[in-house]
Amino acid sequence: MQILQQLINGLSLGSIYALLALGYTMVYGIIKLINFAHGDVYMLGAFWGYFMINKFHMSFWPALITAMIFCAIAGVIIEFLAYRPLRDSPRIVVLITAIGVSFLLENGMSYLFSSSPRDFPQVMDVQRYHLGSVSISNIQILILLTSIILMILLQLIVKRTRMGKAMRAVSVDPEAAQLIGINVDHTISFTFALGSALAGAAGVMIGLYYNSIDPLMGMTPGIKAFVAAVLGGIGLIPGAALGGFVIGIIETVVQALGFSAFRDAAVYAILIIILIVRPAGILGKTTREKV
Amino acid sequence: MLLEVQDLSVNYGVIQAVKGVSFNVNAGEIVTLIGANGAGKSTILHTISGLIRPKSGKIMYDGTEIQKEKSQKIVASGISQVPEGRHIFPGLTVLENLQMGAYLRKDREQTKKDYQTVFERFPVLAERKNQDAATLSGGEQQMLAMGRALMAAPKLILLDEPSMGLAPIFINEIFDIIQAIQKNGTTVLLIEQNAAKALAIADRGYVLSVGKIVLSGTGKALLANKDVQKAYLGG
Repeated sequence: MQILQQLINGLSLGSIYALLALGYTMVYGIIKLINFAHGDVYMLGAFWGYFMINKFHMSFWPALITAMIFCAIAGVIIEFLAYRPLRDSPRIVVLITAIGVSFLLENGMSYLFSSSPRDFPQVMDVQRYHLGSVSISNIQILILLTSIILMILLQLIVKRTRMGKAMRAVSVDPEAAQLIGINVDHTISFTFALGSALAGAAGVMIGLYYNSIDPLMGMTPGIKAFVAAVLGGIGLIPGAALGGFVIGIIETVVQALGFSAFRDAAVYAILIIILIVRPAGILGKTTREKV
Repeated sequence: MLLEVQDLSVNYGVIQAVKGVSFNVNAGEIVTLIGANGAGKSTILHTISGLIRPKSGKIMYDGTEIQKEKSQKIVASGISQVPEGRHIFPGLTVLENLQMGAYLRKDREQTKKDYQTVFERFPVLAERKNQDAATLSGGEQQMLAMGRALMAAPKLILLDEPSMGLAPIFINEIFDIIQAIQKNGTTVLLIEQNAAKALAIADRGYVLSVGKIVLSGTGKALLANKDVQKAYLGG
């Protein structure tokens, strides 16, 4: 039963990582950039939620949805100002820029709102449901369900809509996409908007879950979500979701076994093992398509 | 004149790949550009499609200058390209690839009919409609790339080395299809290394060498030309 309990805790944490990992993987898929500022967009989402609930007395859903919209806009602006001018630059230049954007957001937010942690307003009373020795809170259920709904929505957008198909076309062959009349820049903006909206949702939900937010809160989850994306197979949307859940579960299990101090180390150890054993990730194909 | 290229020069990196090239394509024609690797043929097509900006010169299409337009606008105005190496979208199904070809179209009814036309012309695509495009053979991928370009309902189709790397049986089929496309009223600008086959179906042709046009004439005349035979037809 202990294992089942950890599985539940791991799934709710994992769904946060999964939402974040999706943003990493979509952006990587389309412009081959590891967007290290992605974790900070999640932080922005948490702060937006904090202010909306505290100052404007919003309830959870409006706070979540406006945070998603706010982060989508923030993501598009970041891409437009920081990455688009570097479209034809070597990848390492863009990568370093992403790290710069990350520092800017972290330190800018620390400057504006101080770096000390704040209590995230509890918009709903925590209730725990017990099934035998397993307990699950309403917030855990909320996180899990919201994440799954968002992932299904994302999948529908990517698979069914015109813009989603354009995303897939640009990510496999930008030049051919241009030749059939796809506006590559718009498609990239759209990708950033989608990924950042998911990060915003994750930020608000983690605020609710852990009760505490601060300007550096995006660093570690950002890197873990990146590990999740690599674990599942970078560039693959189902891979990111799977990787996120796996990382969340591993982390909680390691913690439950009494190795709390090593839970981050365990995640990074997995990254190293994956890179050695299966660099393309769990769902990644190692073979290339016919040319 | 549907397409008129005037004194076009294009740099490719530091190399001047196209040096003052002029040629034209009349509505309803098949015009071919032949020449060795590196003669600048693909660069010209990329410039027409708006992927590269020329250093100087003009490209007139249907009476308007298009050399500064974005590729979306060029596709929307009726020029589609089948790129060298096919460049189909792996991971998307055959049908999705065709849908992407119609990306900019708004005339739903006509688009629906055009799927039928493409499937009739390329029955193999209808058979494999729901298969991942990456699983097609080289020849089938070429047909998909052509079908995708046709789904944009172009007035002018640019074909970049459509026979490259294909089995002989497919090569003949591809050239038959190009003629069928012309019969259907679409103008064709064809780039080929297989000069003999290209000139045989072309109304007119231009011979490019190191970024310049060195010879032009009807397909038949160029086929009979001694220099052309020597340089490009292995004769």
